[in-house]
Amino acid sequence: MSSLVPESLSPSLESFWQKTQSDTSAAPAWWQKRKAAEWEKFQSLPMPRRTDEDWRFARINSLNFDGYTEPQPIDEEGKRLLEERSLLPTEVAGVLIFINDRLVSFQAVDPKLAEKGVVWKPLSQAVEEDSDLLEKHFMSQPIELGSEKFSALHGALCKEGSLLHVPKGVEIDKPFVAYHWASGENASIFPHTLLIADEMAKVTLVDYFASADPNSRNLAIGVNDLYAGKGAKVTYLSAQNWSLNSLAFHLNSTQAFRDAFITSLNLHLGGSLARTESHSQILGENAHTEMLSLTVANGEQQFDQRTLQTHYKGHSVSDLLYKNALFDNGRTIFSGLIRVLEDAQKTDAYQTNRNLLLDPTAEANALPGLEILANDVKCSHGATTGQIDEEQLYYLLARGIPRKEAYKLLTYGFFEEVLEKLENSEIQEHFRDLIKSKFQTS
Amino acid sequence: MPTTETPEIDIKTDIGDFMYPENHTYDAGTGLSEKTIDYICDVKKEDDWIRDFRKKALKVFRDKPMPTHWASGDLNTIDFDKIRYYLAGGQKPSKSWDDVPEDVKKTFERLGIPESERKFLAGVEAQFDSEAAYSNIKEIVSKQGVIFVGSTEGLMKHPEIFRKFFGKVIPTSDNKFAALNSAVFSGGSFIYVPPGVKVSHPLQAYFRINAQNFGQFERTLIIADEGAEVTYMEGCTAPKFDTATLHSAVVELVALKGAKIQYITVQNWSSNVFNLVTKRAVAHEEAEVKWIDCNIGSRLTMKYPGVVLKGRKARGEVLSIALANDGQHQDTGAKMVHAADETTSNIISKSISVGKGRSTYRGLVSMPKHLKGCKNNTECDALLINTNSRTDTYPAITTRGQKNSVQHEASVSKVSAEQIFYMQQRGLSEGEAMSLSVNGFINDLAKHFPMEYSVELKRLIDLEMEGSVG
Repeated sequence: MSSLVPESLSPSLESFWQKTQSDTSAAPAWWQKRKAAEWEKFQSLPMPRRTDEDWRFARINSLNFDGYTEPQPIDEEGKRLLEERSLLPTEVAGVLIFINDRLVSFQAVDPKLAEKGVVWKPLSQAVEEDSDLLEKHFMSQPIELGSEKFSALHGALCKEGSLLHVPKGVEIDKPFVAYHWASGENASIFPHTLLIADEMAKVTLVDYFASADPNSRNLAIGVNDLYAGKGAKVTYLSAQNWSLNSLAFHLNSTQAFRDAFITSLNLHLGGSLARTESHSQILGENAHTEMLSLTVANGEQQFDQRTLQTHYKGHSVSDLLYKNALFDNGRTIFSGLIRVLEDAQKTDAYQTNRNLLLDPTAEANALPGLEILANDVKCSHGATTGQIDEEQLYYLLARGIPRKEAYKLLTYGFFEEVLEKLENSEIQEHFRDLIKSKFQTS
Repeated sequence: MPTTETPEIDIKTDIGDFMYPENHTYDAGTGLSEKTIDYICDVKKEDDWIRDFRKKALKVFRDKPMPTHWASGDLNTIDFDKIRYYLAGGQKPSKSWDDVPEDVKKTFERLGIPESERKFLAGVEAQFDSEAAYSNIKEIVSKQGVIFVGSTEGLMKHPEIFRKFFGKVIPTSDNKFAALNSAVFSGGSFIYVPPGVKVSHPLQAYFRINAQNFGQFERTLIIADEGAEVTYMEGCTAPKFDTATLHSAVVELVALKGAKIQYITVQNWSSNVFNLVTKRAVAHEEAEVKWIDCNIGSRLTMKYPGVVLKGRKARGEVLSIALANDGQHQDTGAKMVHAADETTSNIISKSISVGKGRSTYRGLVSMPKHLKGCKNNTECDALLINTNSRTDTYPAITTRGQKNSVQHEASVSKVSAEQIFYMQQRGLSEGEAMSLSVNGFINDLAKHFPMEYSVELKRLIDLEMEGSVG
């Protein structure tokens, strides 16, 4: 095996696993069994190889488990500070704040909604109380875009996250918000998000991910699975701001059933190497999924984005827009595939990747793919990479705005097309602030 | 609506479906070993350096794995031990059709080669299995100093030019099939156009496979010196055998400063030929290379013509039309490697999938970081005729540097029922209407082809598709 990092070189993960095993000895049997199977899978799968098509263009030598370890609990003062830093909209349906995969703050759902059957709770609690629901849905949808090994590690070591289940016909306008903090050098966290929206339900969930210390080295492997039942309307928003030394994975699987409408927007700012995989499965007619992503890559950052839109059923729409702004030696890889199966006639599927190169040393890679097995479809994909429009820049310079400032303003403008789709103006503003704060520190 | 039936489609693949009994003086037997290479070298009376070159290539071929981690698994059905690597009649290419052996001459007459030569070509080379049977260039062109001979003759008579460029654009280790070709190559053209010479009419080569289980491995090298211009056309056919046939060519083009090369291929192999071809050009300062590639035949074609844009303001272009019918997979595309400032490239690919046919576009565009002012435009359009037709697009684009821009667009569509209805209202049959729509789809590309080819192409894609409107 040409594995670059032999698994034996990560003894810290090995002891993390042993600890996890002893911690979960009281958990339901299926949970323990599932985790053991995932650990075995993690160990048996090889590290990605240079020749793997799923890892084309990626610098796989920066994948390294060395030293990553179980995070330590943090003191009260540290907790208080991070809770303060957790930005929340004024109106929320529920809040969960985790530091190092430990629950520190929990705002439960309104009792009226709880009465209707809405479930909103930390994963550790759900394992005990909603075992059946979890057993059915926990990592039941493999993404299969290349990170199987890392996904298995998540399955084995994950202990916290959020479970949100909205039953049939319940509509909730206020957003649910979850925060995931990683604190301490080499702290490894495995945040899990499971959102199940039953028939005609309506819900919004926001996940924030961040490192407590901008200089620490963290490993984060997050998995989020979304289910939108018949006619459900699901909005999923996430923003990650890991430290610049971190290795991060965000693995998403989305299932849209008949008439469902799903919007997801992911903001990516942190990580030395951040890989996202997103698989959107259209399983019912007239379903509509929108996949949006914004990324700022600067310094030596690398963002590796892999997406798949599979249309099993026709008369459906999927629309993807990934926008990347690249500075310094920043590097992005966008690899997307639209797959339309034989029976999915009358599908509309779109895929757009826009890369804005703001420095000559930045590098954008695009692999926009199509596999079409039905003939009555409208499918298109477009990838463009270019610089800032000279005229726009000139306009700003002529008004006395320094060049660097002008670049920033134009980048904000580049992202605004996506941000303005957000319905919640407070979250919209949070996202804008996060983007701005990235420019302040760099 | 009966949508899953495969339409009757008349793409004239049968024009090449005939054969004459084999009559070979030289036959390297089946299978590939060092002995095969020695046999080829001995027959061709080649120098030791070329024998070494071939043997090294054989080793590379054996070491390289089949690229099935990204390519079609159908490649694994090729049995390299059952292929015959060298078959030749044992005589030098004739300058006159009168000297060409009767059955070979008949073959090319049926394909209309001598007739076209009289009409509009500046020179013709006709290859029958491993060696050229006929090679001629009009006197007026040869007087300008243009060299147009087979690759073996080029190697013997013009080593000073041949060796300088041979294997430089496509190294032996480029891919498994380029290595195979380097080991057993025979035939193909060698063209040299001196500085400033503009060859007014196209030069043409015609490739014909006549023997069963035969692998054709021609090697073409075209050099356009400073300011020269040349157009080269190739056509290919083979009869339908019961077993698969392999065609694996390597084509290298060198366009020196300000030169222009246009390379036109109309590939119409029978539907059991594996057509695995490596084609690449180097364009120096202000040079222009245009690949016009039309793939209609073969079982599996894998071909991605490329241009390395090495000099400032060089320009590369690939125009590609692919038609995949039942049992066919046209895996085609283009590569543009920008290696100098202000270079531009353009890729336009149109594919049509009929019945269970599958067409794939695979592309590569790269702009490294030290470059300024490079541009690429890529458009791929796919037309799907039946419900079970398939199309894929897999481009790969890397961009760095200043003032570089790339854009890639692809679309997939079908012939709209409304268009067909409109035409039927005006008295066209459904088949005629379908045919007209398909021709309309490729029309803006077809018009880039020289007149004779453009007419031929329209005739080839004259579809009969009653009841297939999905």
